[in-house]
Amino acid sequence: MTVLEAREVVSGYGEVEILHGVSIRVEEGEVVTIIGPNGAGKSTLLKTVFGLLPCKHGAVLFDGEDVTGQSPQAMVRKGMSYVPQSDNVFPLLTVQENLEMGAFIRRDDYHSKTEEVLALFPDVMERRHTRAGKLSGGQRQMLALARALMLDPRILLLDEPSASLAPNMVELVFTKILDINRSGVSIIMVEQNARESLKLSHRGYVLAMGQNRLEGSGENLLESEEVGKTYLGG
Amino acid sequence: MVPESTGFAELLNKARERYPAVFDNLGTAALWVLFAGLLIAALILYTNLFVVGVIFGSIIALGAIGLTLIYGIMKFAHFAHGDMMMLAAYLAFFALTGRIVGEKTEVDLGWSLDRLPGATTGLGPLSFGYGLLLAMLVALIATVALFVALDNLIYRRLRQRGSGIVIFAMVSLGIAIVARSVILILWGPEPRFYVPGIFPAHEFPFGIKLKADQIFIFATVAIAAILVYFLLFRTRIGKAMRATSDNPELARVSGIDTDQVIRWTWAIGGALVAVAGVLLAIQAQLKPELGFTILLPLFAAAILGGIGSPQGALIGAMIVGITQEVSLGVEISIAGRDILPQILPLAPGYKFAVAFVILILILLVRPQGLFGAKA
Repeated sequence: MTVLEAREVVSGYGEVEILHGVSIRVEEGEVVTIIGPNGAGKSTLLKTVFGLLPCKHGAVLFDGEDVTGQSPQAMVRKGMSYVPQSDNVFPLLTVQENLEMGAFIRRDDYHSKTEEVLALFPDVMERRHTRAGKLSGGQRQMLALARALMLDPRILLLDEPSASLAPNMVELVFTKILDINRSGVSIIMVEQNARESLKLSHRGYVLAMGQNRLEGSGENLLESEEVGKTYLGG
Repeated sequence: MVPESTGFAELLNKARERYPAVFDNLGTAALWVLFAGLLIAALILYTNLFVVGVIFGSIIALGAIGLTLIYGIMKFAHFAHGDMMMLAAYLAFFALTGRIVGEKTEVDLGWSLDRLPGATTGLGPLSFGYGLLLAMLVALIATVALFVALDNLIYRRLRQRGSGIVIFAMVSLGIAIVARSVILILWGPEPRFYVPGIFPAHEFPFGIKLKADQIFIFATVAIAAILVYFLLFRTRIGKAMRATSDNPELARVSGIDTDQVIRWTWAIGGALVAVAGVLLAIQAQLKPELGFTILLPLFAAAILGGIGSPQGALIGAMIVGITQEVSLGVEISIAGRDILPQILPLAPGYKFAVAFVILILILLVRPQGLFGAKA
């Protein structure tokens, strides 16, 4: 069953059109990676899907329902969570408060959810009363993922989760992403770290110049000559 | 001489580039030491003025906390803050006395809180009775309603249109002028008092002379500050306000209702403005232009503490208040003669210039303020 689908999406910033009709879909339980050169429109695609940028043409479907042009708030309520590439924590708030903000729209008692989410990220749990701004880069990324999980989303939209992390942290973040996926959350992520992310993805898309270039299973893309040459450094 | 000094400046710049943290911390440390030293000296040498400064500072604090919250969430300088303080003070005056200026003579509407039995009998040693407390409550409710209404009618539309912060600031300046004009039309330019008359100050140890009203002011501010702290750190909406101030984009993607957060910010700012305005009028008097005069110390306090930081605004306000008061009383004697009046004639009218000096100093040395995050 398809959780999320973008159909022929055209979008951009103001007058500048960046996506010229991109289509992707994510099936229930999948990890899908989008790769492509800088300026291909990967992040723009995630932002448009989440309602942060206006979708000029085309459609966004969530669970088969047309949600094109709805606000990020509405998307969150439907079960989508988005983790921006940078500035993805509230630096002056404690770890605990960051999670509470992730659960802002929940009116029920989400105490057990907080514990469950923190159990996934032991290093962050130890520092739950520390201001998020004092965490290391890797811990922040963990906290950003934790915050996004507070609402039990059906799908996570991750914008370059491994950007600017130390190599050992990159591996850890990917492991956590797999864990999250195994707990039943579909994942769509944009990545520069093409090799690592394709390895753990069920499927992948290659975008270039704001258009679909290639698509296939993670393995197929890894073996593809074009992907190898262009994105995996030979 | 000139090349030498440029050489030194270059060296300084190079050092600054190489060790930014050291220089940043040095500047900050120097500033802290300067203020701490000034405050301690003031406390020892001019205890009474120090205490008066704390009272004045606490009034500024209420205004500055509202100012800094509005800045933190909406990122614009709310220039109407001071005049709204005065408007709230006049609203309390109106609720208390029922008086406005007519075309030629004073019009008394014939109903007001001071007609309630015993409403003007001084509460204990205070100069005013419970009537003024009720009037303050009326002003508070009216100001909160006014702030929320102004947001709905004006600021919300600017946000939807995507106006820049300069537009917001200019609009608030316009609202400030309207507020002052309304005061002038309704209550005239003459100063007014909640309770006419002169009230004696009580003597305390260390040469401190305080009126009972001033202790009331301090106590009220302390309670208000604790309430604001509780709201910001213990309630869901308060945490959402801090989150929105911290990272507005992330607040939006987390599903936080930023419109609701903004309405709350105006409501809290309005409540603080009303209380601060009434307290200011108790301490000084009701004067149409006082609102604009107080704006400078408000901004100096908020910027000194690090704009966006409520704790910073509180401490900044104390520093500004104390420095203002104490600077008036400083005497430097050489051979038994006070020389300061000759070189630096600080008449009471110059009091507010002190806030200017602090503002310039802080903008030069540490623009992000004492508690501000690095820009």
